[in-house]
Amino acid sequence: MNKLRASVLMRHEVGLHARPSVKLTKLAKAFESKIDLGLSPDGPWIDAKSIVKVMATKAPKDSTIYFRAEGKDAKAALEALVTLIDGDFQDGP
Amino acid sequence: MDHRPHRASQRIAGRSAAPGVALGPLLRLVTAKPQTRSSRSVTGEQQALAEALEVSKLDLTALAGKVEDEDAEAILTFQTALLEDENLAAPAYARIADGEAADRAWIAAIDSEIASYEQAEDSYFRARASDLRDLRDRVLRRLAGEVDQAVPPGVIVAAEDLPPSVFLATDWRNGGLVLRRGSPSSHVAILARSRGVPMLVGVDIDHLESGVDTVLDGDAGALIVDPDPDLKADYDRRLAEQAKLRVEAASFWGPALTATGERVQLMINVTGLAELRDIDPSKVDGIGLMRTEFLFQARDKLPTEEEQYQIYRQMAEWAAGKPVTIRTLDAGGDKPIAGLTEAGDPNPFLGVRGVRLSLRRLDVFRLQLRALARAAVAGNLKVMIPMVTVPEELDRCRKLFADVVHELQGEGIDTKSPPLGMMVEVPAAALSIEDFNADFFSIGSNDLIQYVAAASRDEPQLAELARPSRAVFGLIGRVVDQARRLGREASLCGDLAGEPAQVASLLDQGLRIFSVAPGALGPVRAAIARYTGKA
Repeated sequence: MNKLRASVLMRHEVGLHARPSVKLTKLAKAFESKIDLGLSPDGPWIDAKSIVKVMATKAPKDSTIYFRAEGKDAKAALEALVTLIDGDFQDGP
Repeated sequence: MDHRPHRASQRIAGRSAAPGVALGPLLRLVTAKPQTRSSRSVTGEQQALAEALEVSKLDLTALAGKVEDEDAEAILTFQTALLEDENLAAPAYARIADGEAADRAWIAAIDSEIASYEQAEDSYFRARASDLRDLRDRVLRRLAGEVDQAVPPGVIVAAEDLPPSVFLATDWRNGGLVLRRGSPSSHVAILARSRGVPMLVGVDIDHLESGVDTVLDGDAGALIVDPDPDLKADYDRRLAEQAKLRVEAASFWGPALTATGERVQLMINVTGLAELRDIDPSKVDGIGLMRTEFLFQARDKLPTEEEQYQIYRQMAEWAAGKPVTIRTLDAGGDKPIAGLTEAGDPNPFLGVRGVRLSLRRLDVFRLQLRALARAAVAGNLKVMIPMVTVPEELDRCRKLFADVVHELQGEGIDTKSPPLGMMVEVPAAALSIEDFNADFFSIGSNDLIQYVAAASRDEPQLAELARPSRAVFGLIGRVVDQARRLGREASLCGDLAGEPAQVASLLDQGLRIFSVAPGALGPVRAAIARYTGKA
């Protein structure tokens, strides 16, 4: 199966800190697809559903976050994640 | 009266950390069984860790529902999310499979996570290390079988140790506290004396069960389990006497006077604003000692200038013109502070502590002096420097204080230069007190006694040596005399001042300013009133 890809600029004030990481991993876990996150287009990739791994990237403000997803709902997952980060982790619908 | 056959009463010795008597059923707060752990199988250990993680998760979820502060909730949510992520505990399970015990495996796994956060460049990510440490300890407590129990009033709590936050959150009416660890100089002990909660430390609590009948004798330093009816009746009488004395002490205020009508100043020792809530400032002569180190403990970051200013200012305002003596940070010794004191000092009481540390950490010291100079505007503030050994140390503090005041004035901030005094607790200072350019002196008897006797106050076997001796009273008399000659005030703010049996000896030395734990106000006032002059 093909891996879908997406990227988004994160402008959140303190980067991918605890609260944004909790939101991001919770959202990722809502999808069946395997979703990876990286800070460059070629990885290294980590599991976007793992808060331990996501926090460990220590991504600062103005990082570009890259995603790749594989699975039935991969497209919807990437859209949702990009929307979350693009919307500065505000509580979405 | 119950008619069960009576078991023989058992007396367990301990060290008194706060005086008084309490009777009631025992409540064990901790049931640590670490020794049973190492013998378990790999599956047993994995099961134990899984259960501890699961229960911790439930605890956190319950806690998150209760807190109202958004930041606290965010931390709890983060910790819950970490526990839900199997990547967190995976290395621990791998270590257990290799034969390690669950607690050690968990510590190793999470400590490598903590280390990675501690190395982060970004201060926000660095601060998360403390969330992980907290999580580590929560799971460890669960692994050890500890539970977060509610403490009903009227029980004798027995525990390994107790954090000050738990002490402050507990209703201690008619209760008492027995700890295996801790010392009479720990924060909890200071709070217990302040609140009049009888307390013992160094008690072997291993074979005690919740629910047994106990008597806590904080005067004699003993816990009596299953007291026989005669003994219990004795203690019931003492309890009634104690209650009567407390009522009397509370109703008899006004200035402290000796039997011959001589006025003695009676002030209080405090560690924070919480203790002032129940005290009427018109009924004491001021705050003789505010121990600021407790503002710095049990937190991730050192307190900011603004935080400190707000606390010192509120204290000055509370006292409404009466003196408030604030001691600058007395870290080190038995009061380590993360990120500030030196770990692994082989002899902390003789090491870099008190002013020795402050003069090496000018960033922290200047911030505190700035907060004090600002708060001095709000009332009768006095600043006291701990652990001064030679006059040059005090001279440096005075110079720094002047610099800080000048700096604040340059910033257009309202300031005042408060009187600058010193604690007298190092024998070298007591023996040459006339050489120090101090605006006032306050004798710190706890440290003075242990330095004079070369005997640790935390060593139960040397309790007899670490007592006030003729040598100690001689030094106290010397300081009081010299201060009088210099026209300066001399007070005593150590635990010695709060011991009614020592009050006459201290008055004999000419001491006329006592600063004591709020719980000791009544008994000390009564002892002063009995004093008829030098025998």
